[in-house]
Amino acid sequence: MIQRLVRFVDERLGAGPALRSTLRYVFPGHWSFMLGEIALYAFVVLVATGIFLTFFYVPSDQTTTYAGSYAPLQGVTMGKQYASTLGLSFDVPAGLLMRQTHHWAANVFVAAIVLHLMRIALTGAYRKPRELNYWVGVTMLGLAIFEGFLGYSLIDDLLSGMGLVIAYSVALSIPFVGDDFAFLVWGGEYPGSSSFWPRLEIVHVLIVPVILAALITVHLLQITRQHHTQFAGRGRTERRLLGTPMWPGYALRSIGLLLFVGAVLFLLGGLVQINPIWQWGPYETWLSTNGAQPDWYLGWLIGGLRLMPPLEVQVFDYTLMPNPFFGGFLFPNLVFLVLFLWPWIGRRFFGDTRAHNLLERPRDNPRRTATFYAFLSWVFIVFAAGSMDRFYLRSGIPYEGQGWFFRAAAVLAPFLVYFVVRRICEELRDRGDHPLRGWTGRVVRRTDTGGFEEEPPTS
Amino acid sequence: MRRLLRTLLAVIGFGAVRRRARRRHEEAQARRAERPTEPDRRAENLVVAALLLAAAAALAFVVLYLVTPNTQLLGLTFGGALALLGLAAALAGKRVVSQEQAAEEYPEFGDERAQGDVQAVVEESGSSISRRRLLLGAAGLAGGALGAAALLPAASLGPNVDGTIAATPWRRGRRVVSRDDKLIRAEEVSESTFVTGFPEGATKESLGAPLIIVRVPAPELRLPPDRLAGAPDGIIAFSKICPHAGCAVSMYRHPRFRPTAPKPALVCPCHYSTFDPSRGGKLLFGPAGRDLPQLPLQITAAGELEAGGDFYDSIGPSYGRSREKPGRKD
Amino acid sequence: MKVRAALAALCGIGALAGLVLGPSAPAKPGPAESGRQLYVEGCSSCHGMDARGSPGRGPTLRGVGAAAADFYLRTGRMPLADPKDQPERSDSPYTGAEIRALVDYVASFGGPPVPRIDPRRGTVSEGNQVFSDHCMGCHQVVGQGGITTQGVAPDLRKSKPVDVGEAITVGPYVMPRFTDQLSRREIASVARYVDYTKHPDDRGGWGIGHIGPVPEGMVTWLLALFALVLTIRVLGEGTS
Repeated sequence: MIQRLVRFVDERLGAGPALRSTLRYVFPGHWSFMLGEIALYAFVVLVATGIFLTFFYVPSDQTTTYAGSYAPLQGVTMGKQYASTLGLSFDVPAGLLMRQTHHWAANVFVAAIVLHLMRIALTGAYRKPRELNYWVGVTMLGLAIFEGFLGYSLIDDLLSGMGLVIAYSVALSIPFVGDDFAFLVWGGEYPGSSSFWPRLEIVHVLIVPVILAALITVHLLQITRQHHTQFAGRGRTERRLLGTPMWPGYALRSIGLLLFVGAVLFLLGGLVQINPIWQWGPYETWLSTNGAQPDWYLGWLIGGLRLMPPLEVQVFDYTLMPNPFFGGFLFPNLVFLVLFLWPWIGRRFFGDTRAHNLLERPRDNPRRTATFYAFLSWVFIVFAAGSMDRFYLRSGIPYEGQGWFFRAAAVLAPFLVYFVVRRICEELRDRGDHPLRGWTGRVVRRTDTGGFEEEPPTS
Repeated sequence: MRRLLRTLLAVIGFGAVRRRARRRHEEAQARRAERPTEPDRRAENLVVAALLLAAAAALAFVVLYLVTPNTQLLGLTFGGALALLGLAAALAGKRVVSQEQAAEEYPEFGDERAQGDVQAVVEESGSSISRRRLLLGAAGLAGGALGAAALLPAASLGPNVDGTIAATPWRRGRRVVSRDDKLIRAEEVSESTFVTGFPEGATKESLGAPLIIVRVPAPELRLPPDRLAGAPDGIIAFSKICPHAGCAVSMYRHPRFRPTAPKPALVCPCHYSTFDPSRGGKLLFGPAGRDLPQLPLQITAAGELEAGGDFYDSIGPSYGRSREKPGRKD
Repeated sequence: MKVRAALAALCGIGALAGLVLGPSAPAKPGPAESGRQLYVEGCSSCHGMDARGSPGRGPTLRGVGAAAADFYLRTGRMPLADPKDQPERSDSPYTGAEIRALVDYVASFGGPPVPRIDPRRGTVSEGNQVFSDHCMGCHQVVGQGGITTQGVAPDLRKSKPVDVGEAITVGPYVMPRFTDQLSRREIASVARYVDYTKHPDDRGGWGIGHIGPVPEGMVTWLLALFALVLTIRVLGEGTS
């Protein structure tokens, strides 16, 4: 039967050779190569659950008065975006499951991309000839973050509404073009015109997913064209890739991963509550709650906005750089600039000049690893500063004092991290140990007659 | 603390268990490497079991969906079905199907002859052109102009900024109402509370609409003379929209006993910009680049609060022209 | 004449003796007296011997009423070790009877009584609306607490309806007072809403703290990603 199917496709589309090379495609053996697949499969879950959600969401700010079963919101005026999401959560069978799974999938999607990015950056997978693919990946990270923000902002609940007005302020703060740009996006001054909501939905539901799907396709095609990189090992060289063939071993494992990612996301979607919008209530411009936070992948921006001292750059009467510009626009663009320039930084400082198919373990290039972790520590400290209020609440350490601590740490810690990580890499590399698997060497003893003998292993 | 210790021990213990499992697995692998196609019946049985259980879980999901769609049970059954199916696929991939490794050659990129041929073809195509620079320049001009023309309709998406960004609904004589459209009386604003106000007869949602109103005891007021008139009996109104990033300034820190507590302040819960009402909304702490804008108030003959004009400064988050003297409409 | 003078002298001596020896050992002290005693021992160092306050240390208690005394004492916010500290909810060192005695003593100086709050006289939807307008900026939308610069707004998980009513009346520490703005029914509604926030509707599953994205991010990394990285470590094994 398979023979008939293959012949059908080959005799009409000439797909025989393509099928053959696909089935024989070799994947490298290390587990870290599957991090990107976690992201890919989270995207699959996002699209599947997202399609379901589009059938229920109404992108309209037309107000309605709630008369449903949830007592605390009885009689409350709310927009249809919020009301339709409430209805989906309360009255549609499996509606809340789909919504929560979708939201967990978005969080996991970005987290998996970050881990995948770390593996790429720390092992030199971005080096020639793979710079183009690396840039596609960094672009997708930015799009994923943007897409997630759009998604949870569609609902117009209190938390995401507060996030939208902050986004408006950041847009306004872009020098010269900020006010025109913000007016363009919102259709006027915040809260904007009624057409803002359908446009927001179209960008989230159609435009960005199509761009992401196209970029994912380009990403995967480039990988298959150039083949995966691999770690060095027996039988593995810059010319020869040794690993598991796509069929049957890798395909089954990959399908297994798809199913496990789906399982984790649906289990979370049913068992762990996320974004309980009925508890937050609808957004109004005159309302705000303490302890409001964006989703985790935007936490670095709230940290930036909170840490920045009250600086605004003025030229005579013209405010060139309002305060949100620094924490909300300049900071993320700097971070992405570093990410985009990473291959160039590598060529200049880490010796990444030739083409490579073999990867380095992080410890094999201490300067690269230390620089990346120093950069990460900078971002992470600003991220942590976004929660200074909850730290104060829990520990009693005053908010103002924490601000000074985090500012100092953001400047000093990267240097400290650089030196510490570099030393650790050099030590590990020289010793040949694996930090988690313990020492695997042998003890050798000098005999009385001058030779060496091995001590029997103790474990 | 105890929980942390236990988790650490579990992780370490897990590591030891895994080491043993790894050794067993490596031995099995070595055996199978010699005979790559030897069947593993135990694994096959596990795969079948996992598939059957997955079917049962999926069936349970269907039943629950139809009978009592409880979110937790739906997630448990559906996620469980996926997990079991995934287990079957993973086991099949790792134990049941053949585990042979394969090798492939990396393609080599960098065909200099092809690069040279491409270069030659392009150059040859242009060999009969006499005024290359003129043609290229004209083409560039046309392309750029057409590109700009193609992008321009994006401007249709939004209105121009003009004066609307500075407009608020407040005028002299417009009375202040509560969220339920009840007029706010001066006597309601006691010294130790805050009141949220809106313009009577206008939309409440625009950034220029909401106010936060407090009363500062007269001896503590430190306002310049022209602003003092806008705070009758110490009742002073500010825009409720933070000039940092637009959140509602919804906290009023008001000490019961001044000597041992921080002084009165209006605080925004987003990034904790802190404003001093007794000094006209002056920034005390936080990232806001401007003070909280004050709206002049008047008290009507009937004791109600009304605006004495538009805000003294522009409201909301800063933008290019926010510090230009706004054209105040009285 | 002489007899009357002698009788008067005797009465005078008796009265004097009565005054000097009067309300001592055998008779048990009345509530007002024990309240005053407790006050002198535990409170006067900051609030003054005459409850008129002590400059830089503690405010006057004249006119604060039973509402304030009951709130601070029953929730353990007072006694306060250092006047500069923020009063926080804790276990009171006093017994219930002692607290009642102290409250009566402070109430004797006038001021608002302990409010009687019946949450059933309000609605949870009105409470939600009032709480959103006045309270959630500090206490967070479902009462999980928050901060202001130089002050903590505590979570309301242990707040009884009478605590809510008293706090709204008293405006403790840096909290504003809201009795001028809110009707009795609205205050009852707020108390009802606060009761609701102790067990909010968690139909989505485990509530993870009811403060939104921070615990959600922790679940993402420490549960989901942890499980998935473990998964790929197992899946990817045996292939190299």
